[in-house]
This record gives sequence, structure tokens and C-alpha cells, in this order.
Amino acid sequence: MKDLQQWAEEDTFGDLLKRRGVSRREFLSFCGKMAALIGAGGVFAGSRTAWAQELAGRLEGARRPSVVYLQLQECTGCLESLLRSASTPVEELILEQISLDYNELLMAPSGEAAEQALATAQGKPHLLLVNGSVPLKDGGVYCTIGGRSARDVLERAAANATAVVAIGACAEYGCVQAAAPNPTGAVGVADVIRDRPVVNVSGCPPIAETISATLTYYLAYGRTPPLDGLGRPLFAYGQRIHDKCPRRASFDAGQFAERFDDQNARLGHCLYRLGCKGPATFAPCATIEWNDGLSFPIKAGHPCLGCTERHFYDRMTPFYRRLPGIVVPGIGVEATANTIGVAAVAASVAAVAVHSAATVIAKHRARRAEPESLPLAVLGDRKEADEKDKD
Amino acid sequence: MATERIVIDPITRIEGHLRIELEAEGGRIGNAWACATQFRGIEKILEGRDPRDAWAFAQRICGVCTGVHAIASIRAVEDAIKCRIPESAELIRNLVSGMATLQDHVMHFYHLHALDWVDVMSALAADPAATSRLAASVSPWPNNSASWFKEVQQRVATSAKGGLGIFASGYWGHPAYRLPPEANLMAVAHYLEALKWQREVIKLHTIFAGKNPHPNYLVGGMATSINLDNQLTINKVRLDQLGELIREARRFVDEVYYPDVMAIAGFYPEYASIGVSSPTLMAVGESAFSCSGTPAGKPVAAGLLMDGDYRTSHPFNPRMVAEYVSSAWYLYPEGDRQGLHPWQGRTDPNYTGPKPPYRQLSDQEKYTWCKAPRYDGRPVQVGPNARIMLAYAQGHPDTVQLANRDLGKLRAGVEALNSTLGRTYCRALESVILARRMEEWFAALNERIRSGDVSTFNAELWEPESWPKQAQGMGYLEAARGTLSHWVEIENGRIARYQCVVPSTWNSSGRDPNGLMGPYEQALAGDKKHPLADPKRPVEVLRTIHSFDPCLSCAVHLLVPGGPAFEVKVR
Repeated sequence: MKDLQQWAEEDTFGDLLKRRGVSRREFLSFCGKMAALIGAGGVFAGSRTAWAQELAGRLEGARRPSVVYLQLQECTGCLESLLRSASTPVEELILEQISLDYNELLMAPSGEAAEQALATAQGKPHLLLVNGSVPLKDGGVYCTIGGRSARDVLERAAANATAVVAIGACAEYGCVQAAAPNPTGAVGVADVIRDRPVVNVSGCPPIAETISATLTYYLAYGRTPPLDGLGRPLFAYGQRIHDKCPRRASFDAGQFAERFDDQNARLGHCLYRLGCKGPATFAPCATIEWNDGLSFPIKAGHPCLGCTERHFYDRMTPFYRRLPGIVVPGIGVEATANTIGVAAVAASVAAVAVHSAATVIAKHRARRAEPESLPLAVLGDRKEADEKDKD
Repeated sequence: MATERIVIDPITRIEGHLRIELEAEGGRIGNAWACATQFRGIEKILEGRDPRDAWAFAQRICGVCTGVHAIASIRAVEDAIKCRIPESAELIRNLVSGMATLQDHVMHFYHLHALDWVDVMSALAADPAATSRLAASVSPWPNNSASWFKEVQQRVATSAKGGLGIFASGYWGHPAYRLPPEANLMAVAHYLEALKWQREVIKLHTIFAGKNPHPNYLVGGMATSINLDNQLTINKVRLDQLGELIREARRFVDEVYYPDVMAIAGFYPEYASIGVSSPTLMAVGESAFSCSGTPAGKPVAAGLLMDGDYRTSHPFNPRMVAEYVSSAWYLYPEGDRQGLHPWQGRTDPNYTGPKPPYRQLSDQEKYTWCKAPRYDGRPVQVGPNARIMLAYAQGHPDTVQLANRDLGKLRAGVEALNSTLGRTYCRALESVILARRMEEWFAALNERIRSGDVSTFNAELWEPESWPKQAQGMGYLEAARGTLSHWVEIENGRIARYQCVVPSTWNSSGRDPNGLMGPYEQALAGDKKHPLADPKRPVEVLRTIHSFDPCLSCAVHLLVPGGPAFEVKVR
């Protein structure tokens, strides 16, 4: 048996890989895949090979960062999704890339020992991941953990967090429990943590690899990925499903399924008339696809529900009613489809404007800098972290 | 010796938020309270919506038992509008539900329950070669090599030094851990393999239903089309993939999960009489789970075993169900002593507990968001042990044969299945039986495709205009964690009322007006003998609570005022 002492505290990720017998070539191949995934959103200039090299260099030098992963008012589906990640298998993630110091679904201890683990982890720089919404109504009695309200738990965990990532629609804005009439007053993480930007990995749930790549992006580059106006990483949410849909050609050709399992459905034609929200939904379902790139709802025959768009349970329903106002494709198809997308999200754009304004104000009074300029304290860079603490 | 008050919150390795409060004295639990601490109110949100959308809302009640609420929902709507679905769609639903249950049971055992029995740090002291020999003695699983066990050991050692993570502050070294290092290492290796296995086999959902978690369902059938000669449909490539996934699922259950549970059970025989809970158990079996019929035998009929008589199956009468709020934060105008049938159920959330942050809930009459359902006044256990024990009482062939074999090995009678170990064992036994059903359903689907019957959707009743102005329906099924039903009332094409009666509500309920404890509470404090050696490290409590596979997001649900009064048909 290997003695625990043989593993030095300051082991880097690269050391660990060497000890595990992972060859340099295998590691670069992994980085190549990650770079391809991250690069798919077109957010980087330069070749993928260069990015893979860069990623490899940074990952090898990284130390395992402390991660606190809260589950608030939610269904656990987002964490279940992360468990399905094939690009970064969860066993790799939790054994080798991060130190998952608090997560209620997976951690061994309960009760006092769990609370102590949280207190210790949140007292130091850490990466904060959040599933679930925060019910604000009636003093927060609709979700308590260890006797504390979800809001209290979140605020304490966020105080020393180097970055805050809201994973899934509940953490973004409240999702299904925030659908009208929102009985518990559920809101998202960014509605509570106002003094710094929050990354929103959207979806109900998000695709596994989208969640894991948001984390590995941060581990590799020490900053959160570039975001759209809703706080969503561009590498995943920069394009609409409609733009990359395998049924797009039949949309352009005016070939539509009129009923589930009719002749056109059996020929793989477009599901727009069955209520598909793909034209209004920014998500990587058609590119990254689900469960190791195997398929996604539209490909498998069901219309998109639009689950990466804010308040889709109110704005995208009835789910089987087609998006309003479309002209049957033939002439000006793309323009029409774009218009549809814009029209359908108009309501949220207004909401976004309000939200963005709030974020701008919040940034001005922020105690901390933006993530891009944050030190890599979470990655173990004590010097910079100490300097920051003096500020 | 003084009575000690103990609070365990959060209970980790469950779905949702659960708090357990205890009184213990001299290493034994004297009293217990189960407190559900999350409320969302999804049924209320469903009112006024398109009934065909309801599955997508209800599904988000839970992302662990993802799918069961969706199926219950579409069945309720189909029952209301009298829509029959094509046989192939039924088989696809069975396969999707069956795989969800297999994946759920395996993940529950390894990722939510195993660390109660398996000491991860002890695994570091194991001899990998001896571990391989041990593994070979219980299973032909080809991955059980010394080199793989050695790699696992190194990975865990590395991880433990570099930050500990999820294994930090575990109750390692607690005297209640009794496995030899080699058995611990074998289980840790399978913990990691099960993580890989689950993300593979669940791809059956992705093929049939677009994604997982939260696969797509459809009122009237399934949305996927079968066309052997198209790229975007269920074609031969997809069928071949599905066949492989089903074989892979069965092999892991037969060669890893089941043998591991049996091996671990052998080291903890006393847990076959610890955690004994309510002596009334219920299952209302419908297709897609182990209760369903086989070519060789008929399905298990809906029924109950009552008051500790585990040989006699009583028919299920839905009118005997009543829900109480005497310990839950809701208001009944009739008063707290009154029990309401789910159809007349009403729910006005009315929190009367302490303002958070709080230290104690059990000093108050009301202490949970979970209502207390009772059957003819009795607390009821539901879940795998209820299904297996009912199937056993009814002489279900697979169940009787396998259970007799295993009970013989453990030198226990059928009553041992009502225990901490019994619940955990029944989940594994059910998986073995279910994996066989999966292969039968898939063969039946292939036979239909071969005969040219590829229809997956009944379009006749798709448009709400084709529905009656008023309609009521219910969808019953045995979900992984037990009896689940959804109830819908439709008016003018919209949902007028929606209700869920959920497995974990039965199991995690608090006290009723007669002071009878819910099943979790009874398992911990029913006989005043449940061990708790060290209140700071309550591993024994976690064993018993986890044996129920708690799903608290499911347990707390909202019933709406003035529910419908339907005639009940148990299919």
C-alpha cells in the first residue's frame, strides 16, 4: 500500500497524472477534446491545437481547488446531469481535479460533521457551485438546511467564494417553482448575490458536459468563461438550437411533421409545427448533444421545450403550441426564423436589461474585482490571495 | 444515564432536505422525528395549464427518480381522456422506466448508501491481490483484477491527500464498520465503476426520449418514431445500441450489484432485525417494474400486507387512504384530528415552526412539511421491500425462488425483509428480476417491429377539442421508491385540479393524530433498541434512513382544495 505521506500536499494536477500513469499524449488528447468543446462557441481566436497546448499547460500546473456545491430548493436533476458527464467523468472530477469539500448528495458525513465541513470550506477561498433556487417568501421557511434558510446558507457560502456558478434553471431564476404563481417566492442566485457577477449554466437541467466544461474552463484559465447578457457561457449558449439542428434542412424546405409519428415524423422532418422551441432557444443541444453526444430531444422526435430560456414554464407554454407569427418557410426563411427567436425572447430581453442594469450597479459597489482579474486563490495561489485579503 | 438530544441536519446522500431529531440513552434511540424541510408547491402551479404539458412540470418534482412523475402524469391524463396508446409505445415506456429504476437502485446502493457499510480509508490497507481473489469467489465480473484494485487504491490515496473532498469527515474507523479491508476495496472500486456504468446504460433514455435527466414523454404514446430506413428514427443502429445497453445493465446488476449486496449483508446480519418499521406494507404494482407479469406468470396484484402478517395479501382499497396534518405545517379547516382522503384533500401551507435559524423542531407539535398518509389508520411502508414481500405472499415465481434461496443463505425468514438490511436487499433482488423483464420487453418490441407494427402514438385524442368538457383521471405506478399516483381533473381542456400521492410521503411522514410514528421514525425508535454508539458519528442512523432511499423533494407535495371525487380503477 502506498503511504499517504508519499503524496505531498502541494501536488499539482500534472504530478497526479504522472503518478496515475496517464501519458502526456493521452493528456494532450483530452485537452484537445476540451478545447474543441470550448472552442465550438467560437469565442477564441487561434487554432485548437494552440488552445489545447495552453489548456494542458495550465491544467498541469493547477492544484486541486476547493469546491462547495450547494443544493437549495431543487430536484437534484442538475447534479444528476453532472454525474453523466463523459468529457470529464465525475470520478475524475472529484478524485483528481477538484476537492469537493461540501455536497449533500455525495459527501460521506451528515449532520454536525457535514456542517463543520461546510464551515471550514467556506472560510477559505473556494469555488461556489449552486443548484436550486432561494425561496424568499415568509422568511425563507420553505427550504432550510441545518436549521438555516437557503438564503442564509447561500450568503455565507458566497462570502469567500472566488467565483459563483449557478447551475441549472432553478439557480438561475427559480425555474418550475418560480412559475406562476410562484407559491414560495423562489428566486435565483444572482437575485441574492448582488455584489459580483454570477455565471449561469442554463437549462432544466443543463447538459452534463456544459456543466463540467464550465468548471474545467475555470480550472484551466483561472477565470470564468465569457458570458452572454444573461450570464450564460458563450461556448454553450452563443447559438440557437435551430441554427445547428439536424432537422433544419426540412424546416428550410417546408417539410413539417403535422402530428407525432405521422409519415413526415417517420421521415425525420421538422417538428416546428408540433411546438418546437428550437428557433427561440440558445443552447448547445444540437452541437454537444446529450449523454456523451448521443442525441437530443429534437433528434429523438420530441419538440424542444426551450428549457435554457428564462421562465420557459410560463413563456414557452403551452409546449405543443407552435411559436407565434411564423410564415411558412420558402422565402425569407432565415429572417423569419430569426424574427421568431427575437420575438419570443423579447419579454426576457426586457427583463435582462433590468437585470444587467442591476448588475452594472452592483459591480460599481462590488467589494471584489471581476472574475477575470481575480487571483487564482482557489487554485492555491496563496501569495495573490493574501495580497487580496489586505485590500 | 441522561437522555441526550441529537439533531442530524442535513441528512446527506439523499434526494432533498431531511432533518432527523433523536433522543438517545445508553447507546439506544428512544425517540425520533423526521422533518422534511423543503416545500415547492408544484401542483398549485399546474392549475389552469394544458394537461398535455403537465408531465414536464410534474417530472421536475424529482431529478433522481426522473421520469416516474412524468409517466404518472401522462397516465392520469390518458385515463381522463380515455386515450389508449399503441403497444409499442407501452413497451418503450416500460424500457425507459425499467432502466431508470435499475440505474436508480444501483446508484442508491453505491453512491448514497454504501459509505454507511464500507470504510473507504480501510480500503487503503487492502491487499489488491487478495481483493481480486475475494471478488472472484463471489462473481465472474472480469474487471475484478488485482491491477484494477491497485489503481483504485492509488487514486483514492492520492485524492485523500490532496484535499479529501467527499470522503472527508466520514465516520471512518467507527467500530460499526465491520468489513475486512479487501471487501472495502472491492466496494470502493465498484463505487467508481458504477459511476461509469450509470452514465452508459442511461443512454437508453437518450435514444428513446432525447436526454437524461428529465427525458421527454408524450400524452398518447412516445414521441420517437420507428423507421428502420431513416437516420433520425429508431433504426437498426439504435436497436443494436439499445440491445447492448440492456445487456450491459443486466450484467452489472447480476455480477456486481447483487453479489456486493449479498457479500456485505453477510457481515452485518444483525441489521436484519434492526430498523424494523411499520408492519403494514403496500404496493399497487403496475407495469414497468418488477411487479409486472412475465410470460410465465401473472402480475402482482395491488395489495397490502397488514399488521405483521406477511403471508396474506389483502386487496387495496383507495378509499381507505387519508392524509393528516397534525404534525405538518398545513391548515385543515376541519381541524388537525381530521384525516382527508386525497380527493378531498386541501393544503394551505401554514408554517408555525421557529424562525430560521432554529435549533429544534421536535419540541413542537408540528415539525415537517410532509403530511402523514395512513391506510385505514395505519402507517404504511412502500418501496422495494413492500413489492418483494407482496410478490412473495402472492407466490410470484421469480421472487419466491430467489428470495427463498437468499433467505436460506442468511438463515432468516421473510419477516427479515422488514428491516434495514431487508430494504437494501430487496432493492437488489428487485433489480435482478427487473433486468430480466427488460430483456423480455425489448424482445417483444423487436418482435412488433419485425411484424411491421411500428406505431408509437395515438393521434385520435391529441386535440383538446376531442375531449369531454369535464374529465377526471388517475395514473398509478410503482416507482423505484414505491407507490406513486397522480390525479388530474380537466375542465374545458385545462387542468382544474392536480394532485400527487408520492412514495416518500408514506415513508417519511411524521406522527398522526393518534401519535403513531411514520415509517422512518418507527424504524429508528419503534422498538427502542436501535443502536447509536456515538451521537457525533451517527452511522447507524444513516444506515437505517438510507435503507428507505429517501426522496424528500418527492415527499412534500401540495394538494389543492376540494379535489375531485372519482371512481377508482386499479389497473
